[in-house]
Amino acid sequence: MSDALPILEVEGLAKSFTLHAQGVRLAVLDGIDLALRPGECVVLDAPSGRGKSTLLRALYGNYRSDRGRILIRHRGAMVDMAAASPRLLLEIRRETIGYVSQFLRVIPRVPTLDIVAEPLTSRGVAPIEARRRAGALLTALALPERLWRLAPATFSGGEQQRVNIARALIAAHPLLLLDEPTASLDTENAGRVLALLAERRDAGTAMVGIFHDPEARRSIATRLFPLPERTLAA
Amino acid sequence: MSELPLLDIDRMAKRYGERQAVRGVSFALWPGEVLAIVGESGSGKTTLLNMIAGRVAPDAGAVRFRTAAGPVVDLAALPEADLRRLVRREIGFVHQNPRDGLRLSVSAGANIGEPIMAAGARHYGSIRRAAAAWLERVEIDPARLDDLPATFSGGMQQRLQIARALVTEPRLVLMDEPTGGLDVSVQARLLDLLRRLVADLGISVVLVTHDLGVARLLAHRLMVMQQGQVVESGVTDQVLDDPHHPYTQLLVSSVLAA
Repeated sequence: MSDALPILEVEGLAKSFTLHAQGVRLAVLDGIDLALRPGECVVLDAPSGRGKSTLLRALYGNYRSDRGRILIRHRGAMVDMAAASPRLLLEIRRETIGYVSQFLRVIPRVPTLDIVAEPLTSRGVAPIEARRRAGALLTALALPERLWRLAPATFSGGEQQRVNIARALIAAHPLLLLDEPTASLDTENAGRVLALLAERRDAGTAMVGIFHDPEARRSIATRLFPLPERTLAA
Repeated sequence: MSELPLLDIDRMAKRYGERQAVRGVSFALWPGEVLAIVGESGSGKTTLLNMIAGRVAPDAGAVRFRTAAGPVVDLAALPEADLRRLVRREIGFVHQNPRDGLRLSVSAGANIGEPIMAAGARHYGSIRRAAAAWLERVEIDPARLDDLPATFSGGMQQRLQIARALVTEPRLVLMDEPTGGLDVSVQARLLDLLRRLVADLGISVVLVTHDLGVARLLAHRLMVMQQGQVVESGVTDQVLDDPHHPYTQLLVSSVLAA
């Protein structure tokens, strides 16, 4: 896999936040360069506060970068996420980049099975087939079938997180961004998630992730990416 | 990505006396997209929506709409009769207050049946069946078909208004604070319903709301208006999670986290 073309090339990425009410500017990332090929899992390696989540969110286009390029292989060509129109960005997220956040943003009243199936139905997969695949994934993540018809609002943190992971994995995006996907899981369930992720990685999915648990890092990372110490903005 | 926009708003402006309500607003909306316009009262968002709907005449600017038949027409320059015919067939409107979008003197079934008849249907039985099916679709017991909307709760009235607006499957739906006057639990149900209908029918929506949570759940893109101008726009989560403009930062930071 290592001689495959990169799926992600980050060049000179910089991100700061200007908080107008407080009159401050926080420079979080500067001069970030990172390339990623299919089958690689890069784990961001830095203590809290260095900007690991910021980088992940910038790669997803959730945060807008100040400078630099985020080139993604999308529909066979390299496109710059940092300069993409909203429509192109949404298309890239639908087809190419998946994101597992730490928490599930619950949609009121929507049953778990439909929440997980939605990324497929939004791509035009028939609802019956999408629900079947959603069920298979929830089974692999050991989420009891009696919960599938319920909205996850009342689920435990670990159950919600597995719904979140299933939703992020179902569309089989070639690039996955993982923000501590196993943080709220017990050892057994964290193991299931890591096994599923490793399987995807070995099948060619590229990943950038944040994992604090050393065991999780060892089992999933193919490489660590240190984030440089942040210099305070003037 | 080569698809053409359904709606292309070009430098719209409107003045009320001394007050410039909308100043040079432009945006495009593509098929299947939901765009939310947020901003406080007086920001010009409702005036903008009413100009798109042909309810308020703009002082300047164009509302280019791609009709089902193909040609692009400027709604702001269309003769009154043509505008009304086009709006009836292809553009739906959902008001904040269901009473503004419903006819209270006729039954729930008639409220849904009228737009179908206006679109050309004549067969009483099939109109009644379609009305009953739409009641079910918006989660109202079809047994209530012959009841007057006045006997419905606020949430049911709003769902009935949505059925009336969507029954002819318009290509563009304009919504003005559709969840505004409702209890939170009723809002959640309506939001879920709107999400599903919009996705199933593939309609494009311009949604005016002051509720950022509603915008996050429903909209692909977000536009922030202040004093008649767009101060920030982008993918919804981008604008809400990484707001750049001082006014957007104030809006986002003013929301109480539940």
